[in-house]
Amino acid sequence: MTVESTAARKPRRSSKRTAGAGARKTAADPELVQLLTPEGERVEHPDYAIDLSAEELRGLYRDMVLTRRFDAEATALQRQGELGLWASLLGQEAAQIGSGRALRDDDYVFPTYREHGVAWCRGVDPTNLLGMFRGVNHGGWDPNSNNFHLYTIVIGSQTLHATGYAMGIAKDGADSAVVAYFGDGASSQGDVAEAFTFSAVYNAPVVFFCQNNQWAISEPTEKQMRVPLYQRAQGFGFPGVRVDGNDVLACLAVTKSALERARRGEGPTLVEAFTYRMGAHTTSDDPTKYRADEEREAWEAKDPILRLRAYLENAGHADAAFFEELESESETLGKRVREAVRAMPDPEPMAIFDNIYADGHALVDEERAQFAAYQASFATESEGGVAAVEGN
Amino acid sequence: MTVQKLPIAKAINESLRKAMETDPKVLIMGEDVGKLGGVFRVTDGLFKDFGEDRVIDTPLAESGIVGTAIGLALRGYRPVVEIQFDGFVFPAYDQIVTQLAKMHARALGKIKLPVVVRIPYGGGIGAVEHHSESPEALFAHVAGLKVVSPSNASDAYWMMQQAIQSDDPVIFFEPKRRYWDKGEVDPEAIPGPLHAARTVRAGSDLTLVAYGPMVKVCLEAAAAAQEEGKSIEVVDLRSMSPIDFDAVQASVERTGRLVVVHEAPVFYGAGAEIAARITERCFYHLEAPVLRVGGYHAPYPPARLEEEYLPGLDRVLDAVDRSLAY
Repeated sequence: MTVESTAARKPRRSSKRTAGAGARKTAADPELVQLLTPEGERVEHPDYAIDLSAEELRGLYRDMVLTRRFDAEATALQRQGELGLWASLLGQEAAQIGSGRALRDDDYVFPTYREHGVAWCRGVDPTNLLGMFRGVNHGGWDPNSNNFHLYTIVIGSQTLHATGYAMGIAKDGADSAVVAYFGDGASSQGDVAEAFTFSAVYNAPVVFFCQNNQWAISEPTEKQMRVPLYQRAQGFGFPGVRVDGNDVLACLAVTKSALERARRGEGPTLVEAFTYRMGAHTTSDDPTKYRADEEREAWEAKDPILRLRAYLENAGHADAAFFEELESESETLGKRVREAVRAMPDPEPMAIFDNIYADGHALVDEERAQFAAYQASFATESEGGVAAVEGN
Repeated sequence: MTVQKLPIAKAINESLRKAMETDPKVLIMGEDVGKLGGVFRVTDGLFKDFGEDRVIDTPLAESGIVGTAIGLALRGYRPVVEIQFDGFVFPAYDQIVTQLAKMHARALGKIKLPVVVRIPYGGGIGAVEHHSESPEALFAHVAGLKVVSPSNASDAYWMMQQAIQSDDPVIFFEPKRRYWDKGEVDPEAIPGPLHAARTVRAGSDLTLVAYGPMVKVCLEAAAAAQEEGKSIEVVDLRSMSPIDFDAVQASVERTGRLVVVHEAPVFYGAGAEIAARITERCFYHLEAPVLRVGGYHAPYPPARLEEEYLPGLDRVLDAVDRSLAY
């Protein structure tokens, strides 16, 4: 197995052209795989050629716009008191849509709690993601219906689940693969190091997709690592690559390549999507206390959606009608999300005792019965008018 | 396999073998479980017969062992993982408590986590630090986990079969100082429910409740008390989560007295839970307060002191006398 990082190789200038695109330039940063500059110009990378139709490009744009709209809606719903908390993905749309669209249906995803864009790509109804943030459940969807595991809040735990699942794929002789999402902060966790070790030792078909959004709540990456994150893979015996996380084409190409490698039985890859969380860590956070406005402004200039729009327009891949239609679709999505959240019922109190054990448990049965009797006692009082009188 | 007298370790080994033969999805994972057959040889011979794909020697990383077992379970496998010693489970505690225990509920029952975590536990073998602890209460306290411990070879064989077949995560505490105790195992028998307690000695004056390594001590104490004319009943709890309180209650209603015995520290231990519940259920039947015998609120001591720390015959009989004196 080669341990050479594909990203460490120097990009070469290419003379290839695509329809409508101008002469391509090479990426400015030799470490960073980039196929679309912040200005929206297509550039070449020798290892990650990608050729998408105009329709596919518009599809990626649509995914990013709708995901951002969903995210903005959820943030607003939190401010309105409809959600207890929200973890915004603002700024990370390219990393999530690019990697998410690289997946096959039979691949499996293990997310953190911020992968709303990946969930979108997997066909999970976005309103299903809101249950845990509204406080009506702790997950709430069937992971096997979309091969998208539940959100995991303990940092880094899911990288081991992904590795184990990938080990199972290998045992089954299947050619599916797994993507484990995590953040730069999680890279400090022991579980992530253990996942790297296990996946390398067992040659598991897993892609570790780290969205390095520069901040772990208030802690900058300098508090997490002293060498670029993607280089860590080398010490575990598999390749690491740093990709421009605000470049949806590069994220798609790099993830696809890593997944293909996994499918060929060549083991794990670490992809570091170098990106930026433009908003707060969650709605409980206040980034003005720990980071400068200039930093955010600098990253806003690299906005993943604006750069693809610039490319679509310059290359003539989308016309005004497309953008208008998308705006209208975005409004519809926003409305649907608002209505769905407000209509989301509180769970029945007895749900406390549901699904704790698959095979049942005597203590749960006992406490369920006690709780039911306690609940019923209020109904009895209410029927007799006692509760109503006391309530006044 | 016909009816045989087997040591507990071998009974578990035979049980694992049967489970692997019956269900190709059953996997063994852990440190040194392969060629070595485990430091206690519980997995002896399985690597040779089932290969490295099913008997998996893992990196030395307990969180990784349990975390990847969760992933394998999500893929449809039934991993049986070995934690080499009780005190080494703590690096995996996070995965067990925050992930393994809760995932079924979080998925609204749509996924199952049939993972068995085997933990050789308890003292009495003269080991160094972290090799003699009894952390069962820490797991029994967590909803979503089931916690069991056999005390004899037949239970070791059958309870392991049942734990592997369970769709719930089961923490399987193996009384390591009893690994070499022999007992009859009938592979054709029809086992009782996994979580049912069993009266292993009938008596009328007092009930001793124990599980795992302490059942033998309690049986010896009951035999010694018999010589003094005291009739002691011994109940083997077998399961610490759930606990078969009905069986304990029935016994206490007959004897009027209860002493709970375990190796783990008494403070916040299984004995506290049993004493509270039985006091509530049997208040008018009790002739004496429920007493507890167990470890002290101290780190498990160096081996030269463990006989002082562990409940032995004398401490159990002393508690019996105190109860009968009320």
